[in-house]
Amino acid sequence: MSAVDATTPAVRKTALNSVHRQMGAKMVDFNGWDMPVEYPASIGCGIVNEHMAVRRAVGIFDVSHMGDIRLAGPQALAAVQHISMNDASRLAVGQAQYSGLLYPQGTFVDDVIVHRLGEDEYLLVINAGTREKDFNWVRENTRQFDCAVENLSDDFTQIAIQGPKGVDVLQKLTDADLSAVKFYWVTRGTVCGLKHILIARTGYTAEDGFEIYVPADEATSARVWNEILYAGRDFGVVPCGLGARNTLRLEGKLPLYGHEISDTINVWEAGLDRFCKMEKPEFIGRAALAMAKVEGVKRTLVGLEMTERGIARDGYKVLDDGGHEIGYVTSGSPAPFLKKNIALAYVPPEFAAVETAVKVEIRGQGVAAKVVSTPFYKRPKKA
Amino acid sequence: MAYPSDRKYTKQHEWIQVGGSSVTVGITDHAQEELGDIVFVELPKVGAEVTAGKTFGSVESVKAVSDLYAPASGKVTEINEELATSPEKVNKDAHGSWMMKIELKNPGELDGLLSSADYEKFVAEEGGH
Repeated sequence: MSAVDATTPAVRKTALNSVHRQMGAKMVDFNGWDMPVEYPASIGCGIVNEHMAVRRAVGIFDVSHMGDIRLAGPQALAAVQHISMNDASRLAVGQAQYSGLLYPQGTFVDDVIVHRLGEDEYLLVINAGTREKDFNWVRENTRQFDCAVENLSDDFTQIAIQGPKGVDVLQKLTDADLSAVKFYWVTRGTVCGLKHILIARTGYTAEDGFEIYVPADEATSARVWNEILYAGRDFGVVPCGLGARNTLRLEGKLPLYGHEISDTINVWEAGLDRFCKMEKPEFIGRAALAMAKVEGVKRTLVGLEMTERGIARDGYKVLDDGGHEIGYVTSGSPAPFLKKNIALAYVPPEFAAVETAVKVEIRGQGVAAKVVSTPFYKRPKKA
Repeated sequence: MAYPSDRKYTKQHEWIQVGGSSVTVGITDHAQEELGDIVFVELPKVGAEVTAGKTFGSVESVKAVSDLYAPASGKVTEINEELATSPEKVNKDAHGSWMMKIELKNPGELDGLLSSADYEKFVAEEGGH
């Protein structure tokens, strides 16, 4: 062990940390958080099994490392409209939307889910790695509005219950009528005996599912986690780590901050146009994006599928047929459900057409791949 | 004992077993556990020369790629073709899933490798497992 010096921030732990360790999870440092990457094969887990459980049945994730910012007050909507690219005025109370917080140049501070919890109350759920940055940025940029900004990040244990059977498992533990909660809507109800718990039909797995926000004390968090596992035993529930979370979101082409989006990538490049409402008269980043739209993009995010043996990984170079570097891989992995090796990559627009042949440089070798339509995986629509 | 005493080990988590005329190489149970679900094993061609301490191939799990290091120098006489289609065999039985057979160039190189007991101690110290 190396000594921890004053410049090394302590590794942060969620309230479920000891539960993960007791279950034998393999732990990793994720943006300064000690988080489970996968649970052991001895309890039916491992990234592939966890991934498949979410596609076919249900899996649960500790996502308490995500941050939460509450904006409340007479001008809360105006504040949210100013700092985010989607149109929050379209949200009914109890509705949520995917959005982005942007720098003036149209690149990303972070991506967020904006929940409208009350008439003048919004909750932004943000990424773990950008918690402090986001909160400071939101506070700085909403000073002119009559609205309180609170960092609630440490108040909640956030548990995601994901997969087609997620609704059945959670329904056993709550009095809220989940069938009445549509995708990207929220409700409140008693969960595991805890009153007034926020229940959102959201997730990061490209599957149906819920995220619940319970008090962050260790005893309560552990009790809820274990009750979900117990309630889900007949549905094939498994605990899932960040490994499966990553492969699930990659199959669904859900962006990850620092990979598909960042402070140097703008909205048009990332292809998130439909979440960016230019008809809104004003928001931070709008002017630069209007200019960028006229200029056109120099690179665009595409989906790749390897056509030769090999796995593209984050940061690998993308080459044209002649071996010239044209871009880079933002996320790449075997896709456990699709059973293909897939990747997301930035390439110039002239290489973005589906079926375009490219190569990915894997340990010095150009390995053949092709551009495919995305998302790679789309969940089947319910009849 | 978790690690068979009929072979030697490296600190990069490979094993090498000398049995009669053939010498087989694979990765340890600890290595497969650390890697997680193995999806791809890349091995050298038969006839290739491998060098002690240098990479001879790679193994990929869902989340990462890791190099394989030759425990000893020699010429590859056979590779385990089965791992091309069933790489998950390494997860199921790492000590039974050999990767390549080699003809040793300098059998003395094996003297510098770890015994099963030493390897077990090394793993315990390294990872707290």
